Amino acid sequence: MFKAGHFTLKPAPFTYHDPHSVDDAVDLLARHENARVLAGGQSLMPMMNFRYAMPDHLIDLNKVGELAYIHVENNALHIGAMTRQRDLEFSDDIARHCPLLKAALAHVGHRQTRNRGTLGGSLCHQDPSAELVNAAALLGATMHVVSQRGKRDLAAAEFALAYMTTALAPDEMLAGVTFPLPTQGTAHAFVEFARRHGDFAIVACSAMLGLDGKGNIAKVALAISGLAHAPVRPATIEQALLGQKADAATFKAAAAEAGKLEAGADAYVTATYRQHLARMLTYRALEQAATSATENHHG
Amino acid sequence: MSTHVNEQHTGFGASVKRKEDPALLRGEGRFIDDIHLPQMLHAAFVRSPYAHARIGNIDKSAALALPGVHAVLTHADLPQAARDNTLPLLVPHPAIKLVKLPYALAKDETCYAGEPVACVVADSRYLAEDAAQLVGVDYEPLPAVNDCRAALDDGAPLAHLGAESNIAARFPLKVGDADKAFVGAAHVFREKIYQHRGGPFFMECRGIIAEYDAHGDAYTLHVASQGPHRIKRSMMEVFGFGDHQIRVVTPDVGGGFGPKGSFYPEYIDVAAAAALLRRPVKWIEDRRENFLCTHQERDQYWDMEIAVDANAKIIGVRGQLIHETGAYVPWGIVLPWITATTVPGPYVVPHFKLDVISVFTNKIQTTPVRGAGRPEAVTTMERLMDRVARELKLDRAEVRRRNFIQPEQMPYKVGIIFRDGRPVTYDSGDYPACLDAALKKSDYDGFAQRQAAARAQGRYLGIGMANAVEATGLGPYESATVRVATSGKITVYTGATPQGQSHKTTLAQIASDQLGVDFDDIEVVTGDTSVNALGMGTFAARSAVTAGNSVHVAALEVAAKAKKIAAGMMECLEDDLELADGFVRLKSAPDVKKSLREISVRAFGMPGFSMAGGLTPGLEHTAHFLPDQSAYSNGAHVAEVEVDIETGEVKILRYTVAHDCGRVINPMVVDGQVVGGVAHGVGNALYEQLMFDDNAQPLTTNFGEYLLPMATDVPRVDLVHLETPSPLNPLGVKGAGEGGTISAIGAIISAVENALAPFDVKIAEAPITPQRIVELLGDHAWGRTR
Amino acid sequence: MADTRTIAVTINGTVHNATVETRMTLVDFLRHELKLTGTHVGCEHGVCGACTVLVNGVSARACLMLVVQCDGQRVATVESLAGDRKLNVLQQSFQDNHGLQCGFCTPGMLMTLTEFLRDHPEPSEAQVREVLSGNLCRCTGYQSIVDATLDAAKKMREAAR
Repeated sequence: MFKAGHFTLKPAPFTYHDPHSVDDAVDLLARHENARVLAGGQSLMPMMNFRYAMPDHLIDLNKVGELAYIHVENNALHIGAMTRQRDLEFSDDIARHCPLLKAALAHVGHRQTRNRGTLGGSLCHQDPSAELVNAAALLGATMHVVSQRGKRDLAAAEFALAYMTTALAPDEMLAGVTFPLPTQGTAHAFVEFARRHGDFAIVACSAMLGLDGKGNIAKVALAISGLAHAPVRPATIEQALLGQKADAATFKAAAAEAGKLEAGADAYVTATYRQHLARMLTYRALEQAATSATENHHG
Repeated sequence: MSTHVNEQHTGFGASVKRKEDPALLRGEGRFIDDIHLPQMLHAAFVRSPYAHARIGNIDKSAALALPGVHAVLTHADLPQAARDNTLPLLVPHPAIKLVKLPYALAKDETCYAGEPVACVVADSRYLAEDAAQLVGVDYEPLPAVNDCRAALDDGAPLAHLGAESNIAARFPLKVGDADKAFVGAAHVFREKIYQHRGGPFFMECRGIIAEYDAHGDAYTLHVASQGPHRIKRSMMEVFGFGDHQIRVVTPDVGGGFGPKGSFYPEYIDVAAAAALLRRPVKWIEDRRENFLCTHQERDQYWDMEIAVDANAKIIGVRGQLIHETGAYVPWGIVLPWITATTVPGPYVVPHFKLDVISVFTNKIQTTPVRGAGRPEAVTTMERLMDRVARELKLDRAEVRRRNFIQPEQMPYKVGIIFRDGRPVTYDSGDYPACLDAALKKSDYDGFAQRQAAARAQGRYLGIGMANAVEATGLGPYESATVRVATSGKITVYTGATPQGQSHKTTLAQIASDQLGVDFDDIEVVTGDTSVNALGMGTFAARSAVTAGNSVHVAALEVAAKAKKIAAGMMECLEDDLELADGFVRLKSAPDVKKSLREISVRAFGMPGFSMAGGLTPGLEHTAHFLPDQSAYSNGAHVAEVEVDIETGEVKILRYTVAHDCGRVINPMVVDGQVVGGVAHGVGNALYEQLMFDDNAQPLTTNFGEYLLPMATDVPRVDLVHLETPSPLNPLGVKGAGEGGTISAIGAIISAVENALAPFDVKIAEAPITPQRIVELLGDHAWGRTR
Repeated sequence: MADTRTIAVTINGTVHNATVETRMTLVDFLRHELKLTGTHVGCEHGVCGACTVLVNGVSARACLMLVVQCDGQRVATVESLAGDRKLNVLQQSFQDNHGLQCGFCTPGMLMTLTEFLRDHPEPSEAQVREVLSGNLCRCTGYQSIVDATLDAAKKMREAAR
């Protein structure tokens, strides 16, 4: 969006820092006012080119090797903040243990942007309809935050403070994320509606579903992006789904409720259309997850 | 036409590979920003953040204090002539009620957000942008008007201080007596249609480098343009330069689509800065400036009625068109005029009346973008034809067939005057055959079955069609010089200025036919005012006709001259000679020959030897083909789409074009023009929107928000060519650059409406977005969740 | 005082030592410092793909990287594709299939496809269209670019046999 007074597409001057360790990075963050951390650059660099972001100090994390990792341990997936989206996309661990994350990644940007873009960069940019933000909300990810003052963990919901704003203090940065691995026997779906391939979704909906022996819903989670500043986890809808038969009538009822969730509007998209998409995508996500849950059962 | 035969024909009609490609593919193209001159400085602009404001004091001191900053120019710093004169009105017309044109830098009022207020020149673009942020401007914001229909309301804010109203121009267009004809018509239907258009969004933004030669008080401007001669003309008008004081050169250009052919304030400012600083100055438009300041083509409101008899034959069409001109009127009424005169299209419309109002708003001005007002007219007329079919329960193709102008009616006088000043007279074309070809290729007959099969699965398919007739090859002329150098090398110089249209290939093909050489032996030089005295440039699908025929005529003359000279050298009759493989030779004894090099040396003359009484010197000829009127191309598009009623998403499943642009110079190139044009139309039909807030602030200012169609959005296009040669020019060609775009919106909208017919959805706007489709569907959009 | 760094970056196989302002983007460095003007600037906000280059073998938007980040890295631009003036297979397929009109988006397209065809020697049309969705073209309607890519893939497979 056009802002009065800004007419540039070249970054304003800054002092550049390229620490090689987390310790050095948080030390720089503690010492400098108006500093920004640069990850893959796919969100911050455009904002700097437009001079929407004009940091005095730019702390480039691309040489902090310890922030790029993917490993599975203690029934959880641990991913470093500087892990490239490309590496998530091609990770066997993720494909095997967390297919939802892989499904979400299929909608993220384009090859060239995933090559550079990182998990941490996307989560810290906190676009309301970003796919990785949605996945973190659905899976109940934990954000590991560091600063010179120490470490703290934040739940995904706490991390998303306001519109495109995280709970990070000026001297803090995201170091890594832990995604609890889905329990055995649950199935997932990630669906979204974007105007074009790779665009941010207007609305995205992910679902996790576990069925009991009778085909009734024993576990469920929903995350709907695009309605508010962060993905919505509709507790009432999730509660109502528990114990219900995983069939069209149940999903219709859930969808109808999703369509009543509060939604914001902008110059392009009305609240009504967002609510409509929330309704339709909730239905689709549940239906798709149920199909795959049933297949798991029989397979 | 060609008498020259070699193993592989490379002349007219051959799909030869492009001469332009190797350099572009190696990254060795030379676009405006690729030019680096010694001592060059860089400009950035301070632009109005308000759509409408009065300018007060401008404080340059902080900017000038920044190291590396050389100058900050405001209106007061411009040369006297540029302070006194606004940019010129390119096409005056008596219907223009209020002529409003911008100054090179805003004088005391800015009329759109992004209007240039000051020009900052520094050692680098980075520094220039730093400094631009430090220029302090006192603005007094004024009420702004953001919609051309609302601008006509009583009490609407005025786009320009002191104006009586927001009306820029008003004119009627009339054929027969529509009001009388409507009385007693069997059926009259009314449609109100809103058409929102996008911009050109070429991938290379605009740009200019100005050099000033103080010794000769002369300027060389390198401009990414669609024709340097018209920029030269405008510069001369503003500054009062002599012909010798300005040369404009256009290097490789990364797309134009109309708006790169306009004249912009930055060109004056950068030239003035170069003269002031005595150093070359470069300004490259960035993408944000491109969204704010490059001309767009947008917003028309139509209120139309069609009268038909009981058999669906058109009796008349009448109504009103409100057209948005934006802040200024650089092209006068060219755009609404083209729109208005395109409405009747391929149909017999005995009575036609249109009240056209062109309206000021506080938004960037509208000037022709690919299709130039025609897509809007075609969409409107085709909406009316669909309406007739629906109301009379007839097949949509049948309604078109009953109303087509028949080939035996050619040349056909529509009865209105076109923007070329001539009565609209279609020269040739077979409209029924064109539609039939498109329908056949698209398997229109099998569609009902495809649609039924899809419906059984809960999927909604639709098919739509649109027909268009397009005035192409507009005058007045294009220049072409064909010159055989004394080395024997052949060069074609032309004022035509390509931005991807392949002139360097196609014009060489045309010349090669007459000169008996391979097209690869001919170099084509475009876009330099120092090599052609006159020129118009490449826009409005005109260059194949104007430049093509100029090259053809010039090459014919050079060939005739070569034969005359050779006949003298060889002591034979001209008629016994032919041109082949770079020689003029005896038809009966091909080994008896003179090379073009020898002939050129002879034509050049020798010092001291008289040429009096002989031919004009030089083996060369300059031609300016003057088309008497436009040559009319035509086309039929058929779109097949699937609409997801639950999200409103539209997928184009199949797209067919039958296209007739007369004789085809290079089929590969023409296919490329048509397919690319369709993609532009897909954007206009489904994706591209430029939003403004209530104060006319642009909200769509980047490629994340403005949705250009991507490779995943554009369908494969099936093409059928018809070739009805134009009788109006020696080559029989018509324009091909815009036909792909013109019918696309109409065909796609028609298909979407057809897909949604079970829900009785009517579409009267473009683009049609998923959100809007869901709104129109109401509860039906709940689909499986109902 | 401008913040500068001295860097060594390998571009198309040649090491360039330079002192650069740290805010300079990679694409501005290539174009305006090294005069490698084949890499184009189309939007400077990471959407159009005209500035696509390969950094350590993978495609990246050169408008979204600072050149200082390329210290010690390998960058390949369109200028590296044709050897001995002869177009490579992909470039030749673009000419054969009329895969370019104005040619401005072409270098970015070629670099995206260079990486893609290396990783996907037997692509489907849908895969080609998906990878091309990161590069905008306003002239061609993409069809001829898709055709050129499939044609190049076929020729590369034949040559590898």
